[in-house]
Amino acid sequence: MKQLITGDEAIARGAWEAGVRFAAAYPGTPSTEILENIATYPEIHSEWAPNEKVALESVIGASIAGARSIASMKHVGLNVAADPFFTFAYIGVNAGAVIITADEPGQFSSQNEQDNRNYARAAMTPMFEPSDSQECKDMLIEAYELSEKYDIPVLIRMTTRVCHSKGMVELGERREVPIKPYTKNIKKYVATPANMRPRKVGIQQNRELLKEFSNNCPWNRAEYNNTAIGIICSGDCYLYAQEVFGETASYLKLGFTNPLPDQLIQEFASRVDKLYIIEENDPYIEAHVRALGIECDGKNIFPLNGEMTPEVIRKVIFGQEYPLDEEVQAAVVGRPPTLCAGCPHRGLFYELGRRKGVMISGDIGCYTLSSGAPYNAIETTVCMGASISLGHGAQQIFDTIEGEKPRVVATIGDSTFFHTGINSLLDVAYNRSKLITIILDNRITAMTGQQENPGSGYTINREVTEAVDIEALVRAIGIHNVRTINPNDLAQVKEALDWALGMDEASVIITRWPCALKKQAPWDLEEFKGAFTGKYYVKEDVCIGCRRCTRTGCPAVVFDFDRKKSTIDADKCVGCSVCAQVCPVQAIQKVEA
Amino acid sequence: MSTKNILLTGVGGQGTILASKLLTVGLIDAGYDVKMSEVHGMSQREGPVLTHVRFGKKVFSPIVEKRKADVIMGFEELEVLRNLDYLRDDGRGIVIFNRVRVNPMGVQTGQDKYPTNGEELIRARAGKVIALDGQAMARELGNPRVMNIILLGALVKQLGLEEIDWLRVIAENVKEKYVPLNQEALKLGLGLE
Repeated sequence: MKQLITGDEAIARGAWEAGVRFAAAYPGTPSTEILENIATYPEIHSEWAPNEKVALESVIGASIAGARSIASMKHVGLNVAADPFFTFAYIGVNAGAVIITADEPGQFSSQNEQDNRNYARAAMTPMFEPSDSQECKDMLIEAYELSEKYDIPVLIRMTTRVCHSKGMVELGERREVPIKPYTKNIKKYVATPANMRPRKVGIQQNRELLKEFSNNCPWNRAEYNNTAIGIICSGDCYLYAQEVFGETASYLKLGFTNPLPDQLIQEFASRVDKLYIIEENDPYIEAHVRALGIECDGKNIFPLNGEMTPEVIRKVIFGQEYPLDEEVQAAVVGRPPTLCAGCPHRGLFYELGRRKGVMISGDIGCYTLSSGAPYNAIETTVCMGASISLGHGAQQIFDTIEGEKPRVVATIGDSTFFHTGINSLLDVAYNRSKLITIILDNRITAMTGQQENPGSGYTINREVTEAVDIEALVRAIGIHNVRTINPNDLAQVKEALDWALGMDEASVIITRWPCALKKQAPWDLEEFKGAFTGKYYVKEDVCIGCRRCTRTGCPAVVFDFDRKKSTIDADKCVGCSVCAQVCPVQAIQKVEA
Repeated sequence: MSTKNILLTGVGGQGTILASKLLTVGLIDAGYDVKMSEVHGMSQREGPVLTHVRFGKKVFSPIVEKRKADVIMGFEELEVLRNLDYLRDDGRGIVIFNRVRVNPMGVQTGQDKYPTNGEELIRARAGKVIALDGQAMARELGNPRVMNIILLGALVKQLGLEEIDWLRVIAENVKEKYVPLNQEALKLGLGLE
């Protein structure tokens, strides 16, 4: 049976068919839907981990214990998991293990555009690069065979387009793979220098066998048409090249790209007149082709950044380019994402963004949007957890300067705090900086689409579980000044900021209110009584058109520039009341039930 | 047949995802090779949604190129404008759009101005334009949310795909209690010129 599914769904299906029993991940676009879909198969134990390193380490454990297992993450997630990843290649597997990296050429929703194929080369792990949904599934199943045969974890490199595009996939059945017995094997699993030196030699020996595989596997194949032009490509670039050249060119389509197939490349290069390497991001294949002494055109003509779409290829090769329609472009205005109506971050950033003499370090999550209008609040974003540690370092330096010393306020979400913010807060307490940390606890991992986390009280399968007590955790770390507030109450927010800024030591403010898009738990309904129940409206005759309400950045508040009056879109309003609190003339009132 | 290129565009929450799902299910049933690509990471936060659908005998790339879209189906006026560069420029491009304006934050804050000449610009570039007040039509049917299916009906008509059993596609892919409403919406869309 065939179905139209995304690459992420195909990976999940492949994991099920391959007999996988354990899966762990931390949400991150464009990889999130992999674990969400795996979790729908009852045969696979699925877990959201606090971060990618933890996810991969638990996968290593599951593999050693004898179960086929999978860890999926976005490209920058593999940076977090890089430490176990490299040594996992040395100790190898018991049952097969696969790591999915979802890269982002074009940076749709990521802080950088790194090419994680470099990780496979650096860690010496075999690697696949699927180009469509069918290949995602097929390559994953093959990856488990390879992983077990060569005693090494396998990396599958996807990209946003592969993850989020749908293609037809032939569905198969699950093959049950029994749990392999675990036997104590200190020389293999204890990564001491003495044990790992011979393991590295073993990896290098296996690499020769993997080269054989690379030259002879069905994933690397030459398609000869007209040989005037030859194209070596991987991933979705194969589809784009086919779109542009069709049968006017020959292709060496590479699906297994570490180690690369030297003989296939040499043979293909010898049979075509002009050789192009078409790949997204870094010249990964190209560098190898050039090292083989083969002349080619690659990143000398193609861009190093962005997606390698058919348009880009046409422009580079044929000089075809469609100029932007100036008249239309002049009319178009941007539509940046905004904090939702009822977002509990709104009240905090409305107040915090107006403070003078502070530097606001930010983090990765919905609240990153507060760097834009109308809040203009956060000033730095680097990576998960960095708001606190970066803010700590900045505060240490500001404290040494003469004259007015800026206070640093770090803002971090609950899930990001659990991810890597806890370590950073240890740094603040231990090294005694006076950083003000605000933990925006909206009770869910929101940015990636409301995934459960260690604070939400549910597992990925909505089983009730432990929920972290953030306030107790923060105190245990050694922060003595801790407050939990309702961020929708602007007076509370103001008062808490005054309190923290008035002290010469570290403090933590926890803003606790659930995400408006979240499926509320029974304990949320109990704790946040009346949340998202009422609606507000504008009394037109009272409204003076000052637009203070629109400066809260709420998408439900619409200002009519002709009539100079605000209105509230009743379909969007969820009754947080922030706009009503900023109105100087009480024109915004609650709709009486 | 050559590959057909369709773009569906709107803002989060307008129902583009369901419309594109029904479209692709119907196309598959009819035996086409189908590819689809979606960028929707920010759609829950009032950001734009853009879905590419390509179908034909054999489809490679999942993304539509500039000046190659046969039809742009827009759920919101500004989003049609934003993607108008995708429309084929040989005078045979079709735009089906919902005459609704959702203000982006920049317009709310007074920094930007929502374009006032949108429909004019669209009409100057498309061979055929079907502009409708989808919400009002949907409200008449009983629920403003089925605007997406009215548009889908209009798209089906323009693509000449009326032979596919769309009522069955809806019956099999929409929550049971909404099936009759969605079927009515599709029929209404099929009647639009």
